Amino acid sequence: MSKGLPETRTDTAMSELVPEPRPKPAVPMKPVSINSNLLGYVGIDTIIEQMRKKTMKTGFDFNIMVVGQSGLGKSTLVNTLFKSQVSRKASSWNREEKIPKTVEIKAIGHVIEEGGVKMKLTVIDTPGFGDQINNENCWEPIEKYINEQYEKFLKEEVNIARKKRIPDTRVHCCLYFISPTGHSLRPLDLEFMKHLSKVVNIIPVIAKADTMTLEEKSEFKQRVRKELEVNGIEFYPQKEFDEDLEDKTENDKIRQESMPFAVVGSDKEYQVNGKRVLGRKTPWGIIEVENLNHCEFALLRDFVIRTHLQDLKEVTHNIHYETYRAKRLNDNGGLPPGEGLLGTVLPPVPATPCPTAE
Amino acid sequence: MDKEYVGFAALPNQLHRKSVKKGFDFTLMVAGESGLGKSTLINSLFLTNLYEDRQVPEASARLSQTLTIERRGVEIEERGVKVKLTLVDTPGFGDSVDCSDCWLPVVKFIEEQFEQYLRDESGLNRKNIQDSRVHCCLYFISPFGRGLRPLDVAFLRAVHEKVNIIPVIGKADALLPQETQALKQKIRDQLKEEEIHIYQFPECDSDEDEDFKRQDAEMKESIPFAVVGSCEVVRDGGNRPVRGRRYSWGTVEVENPHHCDFLNLRRMLVQTHLQDLKEVTHDLLYEGYRARCLQSLARPGARDRASRSKLSRQSATEIPLPMMPLADTEKLIREKDEELRRMQEMLEKMQAQMQQSQAQGEQSDAL
Repeated sequence: MSKGLPETRTDTAMSELVPEPRPKPAVPMKPVSINSNLLGYVGIDTIIEQMRKKTMKTGFDFNIMVVGQSGLGKSTLVNTLFKSQVSRKASSWNREEKIPKTVEIKAIGHVIEEGGVKMKLTVIDTPGFGDQINNENCWEPIEKYINEQYEKFLKEEVNIARKKRIPDTRVHCCLYFISPTGHSLRPLDLEFMKHLSKVVNIIPVIAKADTMTLEEKSEFKQRVRKELEVNGIEFYPQKEFDEDLEDKTENDKIRQESMPFAVVGSDKEYQVNGKRVLGRKTPWGIIEVENLNHCEFALLRDFVIRTHLQDLKEVTHNIHYETYRAKRLNDNGGLPPGEGLLGTVLPPVPATPCPTAE
Repeated sequence: MDKEYVGFAALPNQLHRKSVKKGFDFTLMVAGESGLGKSTLINSLFLTNLYEDRQVPEASARLSQTLTIERRGVEIEERGVKVKLTLVDTPGFGDSVDCSDCWLPVVKFIEEQFEQYLRDESGLNRKNIQDSRVHCCLYFISPFGRGLRPLDVAFLRAVHEKVNIIPVIGKADALLPQETQALKQKIRDQLKEEEIHIYQFPECDSDEDEDFKRQDAEMKESIPFAVVGSCEVVRDGGNRPVRGRRYSWGTVEVENPHHCDFLNLRRMLVQTHLQDLKEVTHDLLYEGYRARCLQSLARPGARDRASRSKLSRQSATEIPLPMMPLADTEKLIREKDEELRRMQEMLEKMQAQMQQSQAQGEQSDAL
């Protein structure tokens, strides 16, 4: 069993021939423990080490999208998350850029490396979202972009001569920035999340949380959680995809207590108690970004990067992408997207062991 | 011959006493998108809890909400001076997904107050004209944006010739000092670029002392005011009780000039420029409205009369009421009817009372 490496994709896809609305991943995420009587050391456990070596060699892709009104600290937060200048933002706060008239999609890729592991990180920014007087349907360009990535991947998949490793430009995670009004969600927030939570993993974050006191923060979070629930918006980690009890308890705790994460971002360091910390120096004190008493940035970082990075990719691939794929195949009458693809109509059952078609 | 003391130097005192007796009307409008700390700031400014019964609707309820105008009145008294403060609120502003033209109800409201005043002024009984005109509009700008947003510009453009605008940056404790400076500069540049006229604090008199002049200049430099509001008393670092907001990393003091411009705003708005705001509303903004109104209705010959500011008051009596647009004449008729009805009611009540007292009188006679 492997975790999302390209070579093993075939196993999961094989069982997804019946287009269900929200198929569950066929391969269990955790190994089932059976008591086996091994007579000696076989060496099965070295598979972990083999996988690790492979990952280090191939590296992996991660695509994160940030959505929210301008000025909510999206770029700063992403830079803080990955501890490098990976977003569009220039160094100074006072950007001279004008607010674009329509929502633009800007993707910037960087390769960052840590402990021998290479990650091709793409940050997709959406300037112009929610900034106009009339923001009707301003989520449409975003939905279009996400679906275009699924389409790109689908086209590669149904190719007869496929690339060994299909470049993955699909959006694995969408950080949605909520303005810290202290009241409740804005109508635009609801509309966006309603439309997009079925297409991509949405992680709502409360931006610039240093404007709220502890009580205000917890009240606001409660209200936001309730509003999301009442409106049927399932943010990541979605309840229906919890694999087993362990997952469920861990995710329940995150869903019901921590999320949405109230974050503060900064790319400046200050000296506090002899340590260099990332923070914001106000006249009334220094806000430490990684101090859990000050904000929940560390929780967000651990969640997105240290514990659920792989899961984000898998849910994107096994759930969102499969939903898109099933819909496309259905629309095309069971055939893979033919005409425009190769110029010829593909036979229903290709001779090669390609498991994608019926 | 020696100059004799006439005594009119006591005039200012007489005026003062009269105005103290008469009391003071002030209408303040507060506008800006929700969640910028408007209500908290108003409560902090006037040290009252004007928003006790307020309920903030949820996002799903606000999806189809249109802008409403709410008025709250409160009487504040301080050292014998009574102020009747009317607060005009604009809940729902900037909330919807589509905010096109959401400022129109606000413009309409401001103009309606002018219209009302114009009518009262041109009326026969001018003894107790209620001044419900909006004297000042505190416009809240988000500290999270990069200056004025398109909606801010649209709103300000729509109202700047009709009301005194004082721009304010709400929830300013979200910003570091350098960020505040940059934002203020950006806003000032944008206001100039978009040719939006905000309220200009008048120049100090030349005979004021240097200290006052310096203070005044500093205050003018800090526009738009970056404010933080709070009605809670918390303990600061040195364990002193202050009005502020307590965070895990420190306490923001509302009345500390290094933390925010609250004191400046309060000083300029309440302590020194309340009267000037009223005067500018009357002499400039209202006259502008009046001139436009008369110009659009009167014959070309009357134009000269309409454009002269003070003298035109006399000419108002020469132009009969039908100068109002037809719809308003209707409204006027209805209002007069309503007044007549009320007076009739009062008359009936008085008659009833008289009859009663007469009956009682007869009874007591009989006894």
